[in-house]
Amino acid sequence: MTAERKMRINDVQVKFEEGETVLACARRAGVRIPTLCHFDGLSDIGACRLCLVEVEGSAQLAASCVTRAEPGMVIRCHTTRLAEYRKVILELLLAERNHVCSVCVANGNCELQDLATEHQIDHVRFDYQFPALGVDLSHGQFGVDHNRCILCTRCVRVCDEIEGAHTWDVAGRGGTSRVITDLAQPWGESQTCTSCGKCVELCPTGALFPRGTSVGGLVRDRGRIELAMAHRRHESCHG
Amino acid sequence: MTRTITIDPVTRIEGHAKVTIHLDDRGQVADARFHVAEFRGFEKFCEGRPFWEMPALTSRVCGICPVSHLLASAKAGDSILGVAVPPSASKLRRLINLAQIVQSHALSVFHMSAPDLLLGFDSDPLNRNLFGLLASEPELARGGIRLRQFGQAIIEALGGRKIHPSWAVPGGVKSHLSRESAQLIQSQLPELRRFVRGVLDRLKAMLDSFAKEVASFGSFPSLFVGLVGPGRAWEHYDGLVRVVDEFGRVAAEFESGRFEEYLGETVQNDSYLKSPYFKPLGFPQGMYRVGPLARLNICDRIGSPLGDVELAEFRDRAGRPAHSSFHFHYARMVEILIALEKTEEMLGDEDLYSGRLQVEAGVNNLSGFGCSEAPRGTLFHHYTVDGDGVLQKVNLVIATGQNNLAMNRTIQQIAREYVADGAFTEGALNRVEAGIRAYDPCLSCSTHALGQMALRLQLLDAAGRVIDERSRA
Repeated sequence: MTAERKMRINDVQVKFEEGETVLACARRAGVRIPTLCHFDGLSDIGACRLCLVEVEGSAQLAASCVTRAEPGMVIRCHTTRLAEYRKVILELLLAERNHVCSVCVANGNCELQDLATEHQIDHVRFDYQFPALGVDLSHGQFGVDHNRCILCTRCVRVCDEIEGAHTWDVAGRGGTSRVITDLAQPWGESQTCTSCGKCVELCPTGALFPRGTSVGGLVRDRGRIELAMAHRRHESCHG
Repeated sequence: MTRTITIDPVTRIEGHAKVTIHLDDRGQVADARFHVAEFRGFEKFCEGRPFWEMPALTSRVCGICPVSHLLASAKAGDSILGVAVPPSASKLRRLINLAQIVQSHALSVFHMSAPDLLLGFDSDPLNRNLFGLLASEPELARGGIRLRQFGQAIIEALGGRKIHPSWAVPGGVKSHLSRESAQLIQSQLPELRRFVRGVLDRLKAMLDSFAKEVASFGSFPSLFVGLVGPGRAWEHYDGLVRVVDEFGRVAAEFESGRFEEYLGETVQNDSYLKSPYFKPLGFPQGMYRVGPLARLNICDRIGSPLGDVELAEFRDRAGRPAHSSFHFHYARMVEILIALEKTEEMLGDEDLYSGRLQVEAGVNNLSGFGCSEAPRGTLFHHYTVDGDGVLQKVNLVIATGQNNLAMNRTIQQIAREYVADGAFTEGALNRVEAGIRAYDPCLSCSTHALGQMALRLQLLDAAGRVIDERSRA
């Protein structure tokens, strides 16, 4: 007889379905776990590490977006240690490239900014790297500003998994990693891009934006893309 | 034995600067120099950015006059798009610029310069500030603060925030004026107008007592530059650039996009501030002044009833053209009145409340010019972009820079008047600073060029003697 599919998240007992992730269970139970690379409907890669949780009995922290729920699990999502780690992760993201909210197209509409506010980041303890990164405005409708990219790869996954174009990818290693279009060609010269705009809609920061957007002018319409994802899931379930 | 007197920092101005006064062997003033000691670098680090970001980016140049950069930059963006903005957008931009003039002039007159004018150049420096003014002239100080608050409230009503709004964009603006805001603006206008007219009367009555300052605070012939509108009227947002000579004759008139044909820029070895000059006369003979004094000197009329009366009186009292930079204060107060009057005129215009706000276009020109009158004078933005709209080159010609040559000459004149035989008082040095303050310089706005800067270091001993001096060109 299999064990009953129940676990505890922050002292709340939660039932789960086979294959569900800890993140999904937590959200269903009304427990907020911060995320950046995760987006409902896309595959999870556990890249940003913001959704780390403590699993009782394990010395290691687990990324809740890629950790399957198991019977009897005891999860803690909000401890002092986790809060500090999340703060450090956000500070590292802010220090890695050139995130200047005040002159960003996504100012006031940015998940990184919202998380930094939520985690009370009023300064960054690490040296800013100030990498010299460019802006590609060669596409007729959209632009990519690598200064604001956090390499969450939502663009890569939505383009591959939902649009089916796989225009976006990641080139390079470590600190030199960059999102690229096709084989690192200018976006405007991409043979595969369908100009659907899903990547722009899903970008959590101001890295991808409609051309002509002024500072603070980015408006997102995630409802449209969530509908497309729901349709795709429906198709895969029902052929 | 030569000596150097250093005033560092120069106080009650926007930004960081110092003045050195060089005395010869006999203790007479050999030279006086205005050094801008800060560097901002916007011209360089904006390269590589999309030009659509520039209005908000360059508005960050300054917390006092963000609107000026916002507008000049949006206009440069219009020029790259190759569009004429809708009437609603241009009128709303005009309205916010009038508010900018009111709030910035109020800051200069009441917060920065009134302590000198009302408490006295020789008064105790501990009280010679806004707090001292509040203690001795509470109604006037409060009125000045209210005036600035009024301008800031209009900027907030339009731009969503008082400082660094990102409301004007290439092709137009983001929002209309609400009728509630208009009512609020309207309700404050009568009282503010009364207050400003009262201050103007008081200032006029005081001019005679400042005869020595009028004669020595930058009283010399020069060119004056600014925008003029239809009928060569006073202008602050659009129109032709007019250059008027020391006799009031028109030396040149040109489209603002051609400013680089007429205005050159050079650098000095001891300042981060560039020194523009009128090219046909060369450097340094092409020294010119911009700002409120210049705008009143170059226009044929104001184009509003109170403004025209005040302009006539200004010319009676100060001359046409008025040559003394001391009259910048007077001109500033006249311009506040003009701005209030023109604001009231505009509030009845339906285009402020409805109508198309923005036009869209792609990159149609690889080079774009934007020009407007900042409170401190004519402001030029020139951007060069690639075919995608990525900035390749940025040139910002700032009002304060354009007054640089005149500011240097002004402090030389004041130093020679008030420092003699190696002796000077604190009040004398304050007058040197006040000579700078008359121009209301904004140094944070005006130091952006990279790669051609020079630095001069002076080592002084306790007695003020120059022991060593190094220059890096």
